[in-house]
Amino acid sequence: MTLPIYPIHQDPGPDFFSLLDKYKIADNKERSLGLSSLDASEFRHGTTVLAIKTADGVVVGGDRRATEANRIAYRSMEKVFAADSHSAIAIAGVAGPAVEMVKIFQIQLSHYEKVEGIMLSLEGKANQLGQMLAAHLPLAMQGLVIVPLYAGFDLTKKLGRIFSYDVTGGKYEEFDYATNGSGGRDARSYIKLNYVENMSTNDGIKLALAALAEAADEDSATGGIDLKRKIYPIVATVTSEGFKRLLDSEIEELIEI
Amino acid sequence: MSMPFYVSPEQVMKDRAEYAQKGIARGKSLISIICTDGVLLAAENPSKSLHKIGEIHDRIAFAGVGKFNEFDQLRVAGIRHADIKGYTYSREDVDARSLANLYAQYLGQVFTHEMKPLEIEVLVAKLGIEDEPSQLFQVSYDGTVVDQEHYVILGGEAQQLHERASEVLLEKLPLDESLPIAVGILQGTERVLTSDDLEVAVLKDKGQRRTFYRYELSQTLDILGR
Repeated sequence: MTLPIYPIHQDPGPDFFSLLDKYKIADNKERSLGLSSLDASEFRHGTTVLAIKTADGVVVGGDRRATEANRIAYRSMEKVFAADSHSAIAIAGVAGPAVEMVKIFQIQLSHYEKVEGIMLSLEGKANQLGQMLAAHLPLAMQGLVIVPLYAGFDLTKKLGRIFSYDVTGGKYEEFDYATNGSGGRDARSYIKLNYVENMSTNDGIKLALAALAEAADEDSATGGIDLKRKIYPIVATVTSEGFKRLLDSEIEELIEI
Repeated sequence: MSMPFYVSPEQVMKDRAEYAQKGIARGKSLISIICTDGVLLAAENPSKSLHKIGEIHDRIAFAGVGKFNEFDQLRVAGIRHADIKGYTYSREDVDARSLANLYAQYLGQVFTHEMKPLEIEVLVAKLGIEDEPSQLFQVSYDGTVVDQEHYVILGGEAQQLHERASEVLLEKLPLDESLPIAVGILQGTERVLTSDDLEVAVLKDKGQRRTFYRYELSQTLDILGR
């Protein structure tokens, strides 16, 4: 490795994603993977995630199951991540590239912050994620679909905001809640019936857990609460104080075993 | 036919070194001290937005003195190097020594091959973890690397500051006790530095992945007891 210094016209600026392009690491954007002979549904998939707006910010949650076609592939999958200090990303879709995208997105945000000396706005971060998804489109067309939810606390507007995306990178701001993945419809119906505007963070957490339980009840690809293995859904909150993931013990109390 | 002037390599190097030293001497100084609970970096810097101290990675900080555009380019290159390395391998594989060596390689290369040497000195500070001690690497304009176990002084009046430091920095102290000492070393006896002229940052474990914290003005004032 030499020191990455570039001539002015080739300088990637604060953009880690385009810096990565220069290194050609895992560069299969241009390549056709010839997936026609493989069925993408056989790849490991993450399933249900959701985000709910509350009075203090947002609550983000996800179940823990990953599936390969009709088999349970993994029981303790992590689908909800801190994107940075004040935002969370939750992923559904093909697990490999989705987790990879989260990793690059996390570095992208802190890279910008370090190079520029200030944090991107929430809107700016949401747009960045959209652009990364758009760049992923050739692979999505071959079946490697990723659909994230992005939610965070807007430090200038002082409120929680939720963004959902489609495979082409289209960004849509949601004003109350959003769900995604195979159990997303069931979770959404549950939230729709029980959502109250400006609910407390605590109520938001309970609603998220109940909606995930509902999705697990109806959808075979969504994992429920696994008491035997002590595997619980992941729930995180983002408020003005930042991202906070609930501890397993806190979730245990809420599900009242 | 005209003969090119012969200049001995010694003379070329001497001239370049002198040029770089003069450039660096025009700038203000910076001190970094390894403390019992972290690493302190303090610089005399009247600007609030053009920072001399910056975050490179989870446990690594950068500091530079001399020409701003020259060391800032190295700071950004350091962030790139660290983030690429952390992405390719793992975050814990990002290492201060290898970054200091890359800076040394680059500065040495420019010093011997380019018309104009870089008029900067840089510092790579790494916060230790558990048994592994914190480290300070100082890289000079000609690519010389030195690693220090206690403190490093960069910039204009490094020599005088070293004399002051050797009298007061006898053992490792906590961050809060080291800051007034660091400011004392930077200001000397003839003047008082106001917090407006100071840039302070620390590497400190607070149970987070990232350990770099820039002190707000009020925080610096509080600690200085002003």
